[in-house]
Amino acid sequence: MSDAVLNVENINVYYGSIHAIKGISFDVYDGEIVTLIGANGAGKSTTLNTISGLLHPATGSVSFLGESLAKIPPHKVVERGLAQVPEGRRVFAQMTVQENLEMGAYTQTQNISDDLEKVYSLFPRLKERMNQVAGTLSGGEQQMLAMGRALMSRPKLLMLDEPSMGLAPILVEQIFDIIADLHRTGATILLVEQNAQMALSIASRGYVMETGKIVTTGTGQELLASEAVRKAYLGG
Amino acid sequence: MIFLNYFISGISLGSIYAIIALGYTMVYGIAKMLNFAHGDVIMVGAYVCFYAVSRYEFPPFVGVILAMFVCTVLGMLVERLAYKPLRQAPSLAVLITAIGMSYFLQNTALLLWSSNPKVFPSIVGRGAFKLFEGKLSVSHITALTISACVVIMIVLSLFISKTRLGKAMRACSEDKGAAQLMGINVNATISLTFAIGSGLAAVAGALLCSAYPTLMPTTGALPGIKAFTAAVFGGIGSIPGAFLGGLMLGVIEIFAKAYISSQLSDAVVFAVLIIVLLVKPAGLLGKQAQEKV
Repeated sequence: MSDAVLNVENINVYYGSIHAIKGISFDVYDGEIVTLIGANGAGKSTTLNTISGLLHPATGSVSFLGESLAKIPPHKVVERGLAQVPEGRRVFAQMTVQENLEMGAYTQTQNISDDLEKVYSLFPRLKERMNQVAGTLSGGEQQMLAMGRALMSRPKLLMLDEPSMGLAPILVEQIFDIIADLHRTGATILLVEQNAQMALSIASRGYVMETGKIVTTGTGQELLASEAVRKAYLGG
Repeated sequence: MIFLNYFISGISLGSIYAIIALGYTMVYGIAKMLNFAHGDVIMVGAYVCFYAVSRYEFPPFVGVILAMFVCTVLGMLVERLAYKPLRQAPSLAVLITAIGMSYFLQNTALLLWSSNPKVFPSIVGRGAFKLFEGKLSVSHITALTISACVVIMIVLSLFISKTRLGKAMRACSEDKGAAQLMGINVNATISLTFAIGSGLAAVAGALLCSAYPTLMPTTGALPGIKAFTAAVFGGIGSIPGAFLGGLMLGVIEIFAKAYISSQLSDAVVFAVLIIVLLVKPAGLLGKQAQEKV
């Protein structure tokens, strides 16, 4: 188990008196796409925010590359190679596309022009709009920007929170193609999604969450084929 | 020509308001709070400059640098001790704390330096430039004040738009959570904002008291409120707005004093503010909140 990039061990998270995450454990290994699927309110985003240090577990531990993240403030977590694309994209709307990407590279000390080129070749749309203010981009472009921004920190683990949210089906396909491409080039990804069908189709492994617990786990294909998962999350 | 003289006095007073307003607007932009103790930091800066120059006979330039240093530390300390513990508290609690901090600074000044007014020595001579065969006279302090304001404005704008830290400040002002996910230390950024605002307040204090030489523990209160008004006038959170709002407020105030009534000048200033806010609720250069979903 020592080669897990991310190890989440029996964490419990509370919002005030609400017990949001009830003792879940899972791992992400180098080069995998792991997906957490489940309905709205199952605790998927809470889990991500706990990993990135925005929330703190009452008990249990999160280790990244073999090191506990318990005492590390969120802005230091990024330096270690953990990047999160937050739910709802949250690009800096009044800053330009280029400035958003520069913010993504905030922790990087070396020259970032190569990384910028890489992101622009991955998302040519962003290059066309590099001097445009991010608030004027369409939803799909904002999602690309949020992903590009996270990639600028050269993450060892990329966490994506509902990348398909609010996007037209054609854009959802595009975004998932890009995620699959990133995976092929060796990126390790933790993907949180309500769109279980899409997420499982590209995932190495998946965990199904329900009201703060993990109820089922398996490879992407197994879960896609599972009768219980199909009934609950795939609409028949 | 007399009109031009009034106009220049207005721009000069407005420059001081603008420098103070920058502190209000930057702190509001990032910490989303109104730091009502900001005016009293001006007073502390003026006292430090006064003692350095009058008592210890430092050159005025050194006095201003010392005042900036003390105020920068004071601003960061106030933020760390009074406001940071309330980061998650409702905004009213923070507002009341800021008002309390304002009185705390005034009362401490009263204790340390007594209520006797001090006569502030101008940081430049009392001379003046004579233009148009002496018909237009611009005092040295007026010229210095206006130049200082222009320089501060240019440097600050470049800092905010071009530097890594300046961009981090803008990112924090938009979305602290997302900024944190970029690896930006939000607390350090807020602290930096207070440091810059308070350092500028010291400059404003030295300029203000050079032009209006009576220094008392309450000296910062009214200019503080006026500068806050200027920040709202220009659009709170906007740096060019603070600049424009400050200058306009200064000019309106001096014209009201000259042509309407010196007793009514403040009332006129606030009447104009109300009219502007009726027409443009976010202030002259304020951004209407708009978000794309």
